[in-house]
Amino acid sequence: MSEPPLVKARLRRALTFKRSHFSFPYIALCIIFVVVPLGILLGFAFIGPDDTFSFDNFAYFFTHAENIKTMLYSMGVAALTTVICLLLAYPLAMCLANSKINKSVILVLLFVLPMWVNSLLRTYALQNLLIDLFGMQRGFTAALIGLVYDFFPFMLLPLYTTLANMDKSLIEASHDLGASSIATFFKVTLPLSVPGIMSGVLMVFMPTMSTFSVTEIMGGADTYMVGSMINELINGGDWGGSAAFSLILLVLVAGTMALSNLIAKGKGTNEGMGGML
Amino acid sequence: MAEVNYKKKKIIEITNVTKAFGAVTAVDDVSLAINRGEFVTLLGPSGCGKTTLLRMIAGFDLPTKGKILLEGTDVTQIPPNKRPINTVFQKYALFPHLTVFGNVAYGLKILRVPNGEKKLKNGSVKQLYRKLTKAEIKAKVERALSVVGLAEYGYRNVTTLSGGQQQRVAIARAIVLEPKVLLLDEPLGALDLKMRKEMQLELKRMHSELGITFIYVTHDQEEALTMSDTIVVMSDGAVQQIGSPKKIYDEPANAFVANFIGESNLLAGNMIADFKVKFLDVVVDCLDKGFAKNESVDVVIRPEDIELIDEEAEKAQMCGEIISSIFKGTYYEMEVVAGGYEFTVQSTNGKEVGSKVGLHVTPNGIHIMKKMRATNEFIGEADGENLVWMCKGDFELDLPEGVEKGDKVKVKVPFDAVELTDDENDGVIGGNVTQSIYKGTYYQVQVYTDTDEDFLVDTSDEWDINDRVGINLRREKVTVEKVEEEEDE
Repeated sequence: MSEPPLVKARLRRALTFKRSHFSFPYIALCIIFVVVPLGILLGFAFIGPDDTFSFDNFAYFFTHAENIKTMLYSMGVAALTTVICLLLAYPLAMCLANSKINKSVILVLLFVLPMWVNSLLRTYALQNLLIDLFGMQRGFTAALIGLVYDFFPFMLLPLYTTLANMDKSLIEASHDLGASSIATFFKVTLPLSVPGIMSGVLMVFMPTMSTFSVTEIMGGADTYMVGSMINELINGGDWGGSAAFSLILLVLVAGTMALSNLIAKGKGTNEGMGGML
Repeated sequence: MAEVNYKKKKIIEITNVTKAFGAVTAVDDVSLAINRGEFVTLLGPSGCGKTTLLRMIAGFDLPTKGKILLEGTDVTQIPPNKRPINTVFQKYALFPHLTVFGNVAYGLKILRVPNGEKKLKNGSVKQLYRKLTKAEIKAKVERALSVVGLAEYGYRNVTTLSGGQQQRVAIARAIVLEPKVLLLDEPLGALDLKMRKEMQLELKRMHSELGITFIYVTHDQEEALTMSDTIVVMSDGAVQQIGSPKKIYDEPANAFVANFIGESNLLAGNMIADFKVKFLDVVVDCLDKGFAKNESVDVVIRPEDIELIDEEAEKAQMCGEIISSIFKGTYYEMEVVAGGYEFTVQSTNGKEVGSKVGLHVTPNGIHIMKKMRATNEFIGEADGENLVWMCKGDFELDLPEGVEKGDKVKVKVPFDAVELTDDENDGVIGGNVTQSIYKGTYYQVQVYTDTDEDFLVDTSDEWDINDRVGINLRREKVTVEKVEEEEDE
């Protein structure tokens, strides 16, 4: 007696390879590297000193003014770094995107090249150069230089991509309709590059906020950021505290991201790099 | 036509304008005057320099040489935002971050209008300017949008519009500023055929309504013939002919124009006397005179000017056989072989394929054109014994006595002294075939070298346009002369 055909068909269907099966390795990867660690983080954050569920870790954060101060200070430093990067990168990106000035991609490559070297190595190199060689004091200024140097390519690249892909005839159309070069910049180039600015800002602001290597190497005690704080908690064995702080940081960063996406969407342009984050 | 009888005043004068991009000359010494209120079309194949000329009028490109006058004032160096000229771009170039209203209002928001005068303390008078008010802008935008038939579309996002609608927005954006001249750079190129026909009529209507001078760039000869008051035919960066559509069609100035505009039968002929031309071994009456005896000329006969009659008829100038006949809706298009040439004939009376016919052309159906030039001339350098270096190639040629290595020489290459080879490497130099015109008994081919010089070649073979070919010279037919060094050096 053979098996009923229905069961056979089901079996066959279950065994045939479908396109959706390609996603399985990625689902596994996602579970191992994202879902499980987040779960552990969440677990640690809500475990009190006596190994029971509690909000003690969060209470500790919010009841100590210096924690909140450090968090705000980190945000300030990150914002300042982002603004400096933007102001430096925007004119440069415009030059690089202008085919009359920049005739090859090699120039762009030169500016992005540092991204290929590990950031820790670069930071130590900068420390050697600025502090050991030129005798600069460790502190806020040195840390800021380090941060800007480190994250500059992340601002430049999205800006360059957006500006290089912009339709040049729009600039000509603006001139044609009577706008001067300055008016054209504010009325056409700038609004159309908002997606690039947005992704540049996100790619600099978010990692700067949680950084600790650069600020510690270049700034020392002067630039105590939330990243260093979490690092110290971990080194001191306070897993619960560090998990809670990380979670707060995560929520803050996610909030910033959501906000900026909202702003970018309000601008109406759906082209460019804005959607990549 | 009524609108042609404007006060004939030149609005734009272009004098000896040349534009070179590096080694390539896009516009070569063009002079042109455009009258107020005219609809002028710059017509030519792609790469003929028509768009570059338009961009120089708009101010996006600066001429390498020459002057552009607008109403008598020199605007050659004036930036585009200071010229009372607006452009409709090939791909519209609408601002994607603005609505239809925002796009059309863009120029109006920047515009400053005179607003009285103020006496300064030192006695001089200062002209005051003001922005347009919101209400003024709104009124102007709405009027422009209704001219292009998009009255209700102001709030729409431009990216949601169809190609034809975007085109209309681009036109509204340009005409709302009431420019003295409106430039249109192949504005209908991206539209489908039906839409294009509609927009042609629309543009014509707008032109007569607005009274603005239109300068229109296209490669579509039919579009040019339907819309323009004046057509400027361009090729290789130079103006080939300027005239009304009818004049350009009926009396093309040279073989290029005849071949580019409409269908035509092009033949090589000789003027044996005034009013008598000989081609394909027949002598035919024509209306042209003043040529040298036996001067070789190009003869154009339009397909509709050939009458097919009985083979035995007395007025039959040639006899031929019909080899194909296609019904085209209102007429038949037939290919007739006569005297070794394949004539294209259009007639409302279809004849059967294979039937023998007589061909008759009245004198006013025959148009005689001077040859563009009789020989190719190049300046080269003697490069050793019987070698001439020109167009970046060493040609084996007979040098006259007394010419030494390094001397400049003038090389005259008759059209039949050039040999083309299929493989570029078989020739001394390579080139691109840019034109191939059948002239009755042979093809006249134009080959552009990589040094941006061109050879005209008479050949019995047909060569495809854009093919790479090799160029060799028949030594015995080429003459080399020494160029005397200029004495004032």
